[in-house]
Amino acid sequence: MNRHLLFLLPLATLALMAGFFAWSLLAGRDPASIGSVLVGRPAPRLEVKALREAEPPLTDALLKSGKPVIVNFFASWCTPCLAEHPLFARLAERDGAVIIGIAWKNKPEEARAWLKRLGDPYKFAGADLEGRTGLDWGLSGVPETYLVDGQGIVRRHFRGPITERDVNETIMPFLKGAK
Amino acid sequence: MIPELGHFALILALAVALVQGTLPLLGAARGDDRLMALGRTAALTQALLVIVAFGALTQAYVTSDFSVANVVANSHSAKPLLYKISGVWGNHEGSMLLWALILALFGAAVAIFGAGLPDTLRSRVLAIQALIGVGFLAFLLFTSNPFERVSPPPLDGNGLNPLLQDPGLAFHPPLLYLGYVGFSVTYAFGIAALLEGRVDAAWARWVRPWTLAAWCFLTLGIALGSWWAYYILGWGGFWFWDPVENASLMPWLAGTALLHSAIVVEKRDALKSWTVLLAILAFSLSLLGTFLVRSGVLTSVHAFAQDPARGMFILAFLLLVTGGGLALYAWRAPQLQGGGLFQPVSREGALILNNLLLCTLAATVLLGTLYPLFLDLLTGNKVSVGPPFFNATFVPICAPLFAALCVGPLLNWKRAELWPALMKLRLAFIVSIVAAIVAATAIDSRATLAAVAFGFGVWLIAGSLAGFVERVWNGRLRTLPRSFIGMTIAHAALGVVVLGSVGTAAWNTELIKTMKPGDTAAFAGFDVKLDRIENLQGPNYIAERATLSLSVDGKPYTVLTPERRLFTVQRRQVAETSIHTNLLRDIYATLGEGGAEGGWVIRLYYNPLAPWIWLGAALCALGGFVSLSDRRLRIGAPSRTRVLTQPAE
Amino acid sequence: MKRLVALLLATLLVAPALAVEPSEMLPDPALEGRAREIGRELRCVVCQNQSIDDSAAEVARDMRRAVRERLSAGDKDEQVFAYMVARYGDYVLLKPPFKAGTWALWLGGPLVLLVAGGALLIAARRRKLPVAPAPLSEEEQRRLAALLDR
Repeated sequence: MNRHLLFLLPLATLALMAGFFAWSLLAGRDPASIGSVLVGRPAPRLEVKALREAEPPLTDALLKSGKPVIVNFFASWCTPCLAEHPLFARLAERDGAVIIGIAWKNKPEEARAWLKRLGDPYKFAGADLEGRTGLDWGLSGVPETYLVDGQGIVRRHFRGPITERDVNETIMPFLKGAK
Repeated sequence: MIPELGHFALILALAVALVQGTLPLLGAARGDDRLMALGRTAALTQALLVIVAFGALTQAYVTSDFSVANVVANSHSAKPLLYKISGVWGNHEGSMLLWALILALFGAAVAIFGAGLPDTLRSRVLAIQALIGVGFLAFLLFTSNPFERVSPPPLDGNGLNPLLQDPGLAFHPPLLYLGYVGFSVTYAFGIAALLEGRVDAAWARWVRPWTLAAWCFLTLGIALGSWWAYYILGWGGFWFWDPVENASLMPWLAGTALLHSAIVVEKRDALKSWTVLLAILAFSLSLLGTFLVRSGVLTSVHAFAQDPARGMFILAFLLLVTGGGLALYAWRAPQLQGGGLFQPVSREGALILNNLLLCTLAATVLLGTLYPLFLDLLTGNKVSVGPPFFNATFVPICAPLFAALCVGPLLNWKRAELWPALMKLRLAFIVSIVAAIVAATAIDSRATLAAVAFGFGVWLIAGSLAGFVERVWNGRLRTLPRSFIGMTIAHAALGVVVLGSVGTAAWNTELIKTMKPGDTAAFAGFDVKLDRIENLQGPNYIAERATLSLSVDGKPYTVLTPERRLFTVQRRQVAETSIHTNLLRDIYATLGEGGAEGGWVIRLYYNPLAPWIWLGAALCALGGFVSLSDRRLRIGAPSRTRVLTQPAE
Repeated sequence: MKRLVALLLATLLVAPALAVEPSEMLPDPALEGRAREIGRELRCVVCQNQSIDDSAAEVARDMRRAVRERLSAGDKDEQVFAYMVARYGDYVLLKPPFKAGTWALWLGGPLVLLVAGGALLIAARRRKLPVAPAPLSEEEQRRLAALLDR
C-alpha cells in the first residue's frame, strides 16, 4: 500500500500545481502587479519643488495636517493620466478633497500648460523633474495615487489610473472615515 | 479561397485525428487487425491534411494576403521573404499550427519507421499521438483560428515584431517545437507500455531513437534561442533564467534523465517504472512550458500575447494529458516488475545518481519559476526569482553531476570497483586541477568560483576523452559502437559549454563610452576609433550605423559596424550588434543613443570563449545524432525474445 | 494593464538606450564595480525579469542613480538593498531573502535531493546484491591449477 502511495505522488503534485494555476486564472491575478510595501506605513519623505511659480516647496508638514490627503503622481506625456484627470477635478471641487499633485519627469512648463488646459485640481503641486521623489515613494511609473491619512500613514496605493469605482468604493469612504 | 481550403483541411484533420485516436486503440484491445491497420493510414492522412493547412497559411503570408486577420496582425508587404515565412510561426495562432504540424509529422514518422513494432504497440502509440493532436487541432479551431478573415481587408499589415525579424529567431521555434513535440512520441510509448503492462528491453530500445531525436532538436533549439538573446539583446548575456527559458530547460533536463535511465532498462531490465514516469514527464513539462508562456499566469520578456481564456483551455488540456498519463501511471506502474539487482557502485548506480541530480535540477527550476505565483496567491507577498537565485541553487547541484559524469561510464554494470575507474581518470584530474590553478592565478585572481568552474569544464572534456582514449589504445576503435562515440562527444561538449559560459560570464571586459567621430579609446589591447556615423535605409527600417575600426599597434585588425535600427511600421528601435569572432573570443559592439553634439554611446564587450557556448551545444546535439546512427538502432526493431536473451554489455 | 501597455510603448519609443549610460557611471572604478554588482541583483520594477543593470526603462535609470548616490554617500551594499526594499518590497530583489515566506523556495531543491537520495540509499541497502563470492583459498587455487594443467 505504501508503495502505491508513492506512485500517486506525481499525480498529486500535478493536482496541486493545477490548482494554483486555476486559482490564478480564475482570480484574475495580474502577474505584472508589483504590489506596494508602503501601505500601513508612514508616508515617505516629501521634499519637492513647487510646480507653480512663486509657491513654497512642498514638505512633510502637508502630510501630517490631521486631514487626509491624496497624493497623485502625473505627467503631461502620460495618456492614462488624461483618463483619470476628471475624477480628481470632481474630487477637489465637489468633495473638497486635498490633492497633492506631483509632475513626474515632466518639464514644469509642459505640466503647467497641461493643467491650464484641463483644469487644476491640485491644492499643492510639485515638480519632480528627475524622479527622485518618485523613487522615494516607490513609484513604478505614472499615474500612481496614494491615500495618506491625517497621521501621515499611507492607507492605499493605486498603481495605474484610478477609476470611478475606486472613487466610490475606496476614496470616498477613506475621505469620510479618516476625517 | 486558399485560406478556406486551409481551414477546411484543419477541420478534416481533426476528424481524422478523432478516428486515429479511438479505433486503433479499440483494435489493439480486441486484437482486431483491420482496426489497428487504420492507425497508419490515418496518421499519414492527418499529416497530409495539416501540411495542406500549414501550406495555406504560409501562402497567405508569402503573398501578403491581408484579408486574413492573422497576416494583417503579424506581417507587412515590405518585409523580406524569409521573415514573411518565419512570420507564420512568429505569432500565437501560427505557432500553434506549427505545433500541430510537427505533431502530425511525428505521427506519420512513427507510422512509417515503426513498421517493425508489434501491431498493438504501434496502434496504441499512434492513437495516443492522435489524441494529443485532437487537443491541439481543437484548440486551434475553437480558440485560435489562424484563417479568420477580415473584411474589408486593410491596405497593409502591422508587421512582425522587429526583434523577431532575425535569422536566428526564424529557426528557433521550429527546432524547439521539434524537441517539445518529439517528446510526445516518448509520452505515447510510455502510455502504450502502461496500457500493455509491459516494459522491457525491447521497449527501451524502440523508444530510444525518438527520445534522442527530440532531445537533439531541443538542445539545438535552446542553443539557438540563447545565441539569439546574446546578439540581439545587446549586452552580451546568454541565459537570463526567464520563465520562457526555464520552460524549455525543464523538459530538456527531464529528457536528458530519460535518455540515461532508458539505457538501464535496455541493458539491465531495471528502473522500469521510473523510466516510464520520465517518458511522461518530459512531454508534460513541454506542455507546462507552453501553458506558462501562453496563459498569462507568469510574465516574461518574450511571452506571446496572453489570454486567460486560452489559458483555461491549455490548462484543461494539460490536466487531461498529464493528469491522464499520471493517473494511469499510478494505477499500472506498481505492477511493473523490477529487474536485475545491482550494487550501489555500478553503472546502474551511476545512472541513478545522474537521474537524481538531473531531476533535482529540474525541480529547482520548476520551483523557482512558479514560486512567485504560489507565494502571491497564498500570502499576497510579491517576490522575484531571478538569475542570482538560480546561480546560487542550480549551479552547486551541477558540481556533483559533473564530477560523477566522467566516472559513470567507466564503471561496470551490476558491480564495480570505484578505485580502478578513478585511476583511469588520474591524468584528467591532474589536468583539470592545473587548469583551475592557472585560471585562478593567471586569468583572474578574484574570481575563485569561476576558476573552479573552469576546472570542471576541463574535467568534463578530459574525463570524457579518457575512456575513449583508453578504448582506442586497446585497439578497439573499429568495434567502438557509435553510441559510445556519441556519448563521448556529448559529454565532452558539455565541458565546452561550461568553459564558454565561465569565460563569458566571469572574464569579460567592457567599455561603455560616449564617442564622437574621430574619437579613440583603448580596449582589451586594441585601439578603437569611431570612424563615422551614417544613416542608411533598409527594406523596412531606417538605421544609424557606426563604423568602429580596431587596430593593434597601429596595424588595422577589424572593423565593427553596429547599427541602431528604427522599424518604421512598428516605430520600434532595435540594436543590431556587430560581433567579431575568432572562435576563441568575441568582440561585441553596440551603438546606443546619441547625436552629433554630445556624441554616441558606444558599448564594447570582450567575451572570452563565448562562441564555445553554442559550439558546445551544437556538438552536444551532434553527439546525440551520432548516437542515433548507432547500428543497434538502425537495424530496426529487434524481436522481443531476441533482445531478452541478449546479455548485458 | 492598459497603463502597462502604455508604459511599455513609451519606453520602447522613447528610450531604446541600453542600460547603464556613461553619464551615470561613477568615476571611482571600485565603487562603480560595486554599483554594477548591486544593479545586477535589483529588478527593474516595470520590465519583466530584467535587472536594472540591463534595463533601459526610466525607473531603472532612477534606481541606478539612487544606488550610486547611496554608495557615494558611504552606504554598505546591504544598506543599499535595504533602501530599495523599503520602497519596492522584496519584489525588487532578484535573489529573494531567506525568510519565513521563502524557506520552501530555498530549501525545496536540496530537500528533493536529500529525501530522494536518502530513500534510494536505503532501498539500495535493502536490496543488495549478494556479496561477491569469497576468493579461492590456497588449497582451492592449487586444485584449480592442477585441474587446468591436466
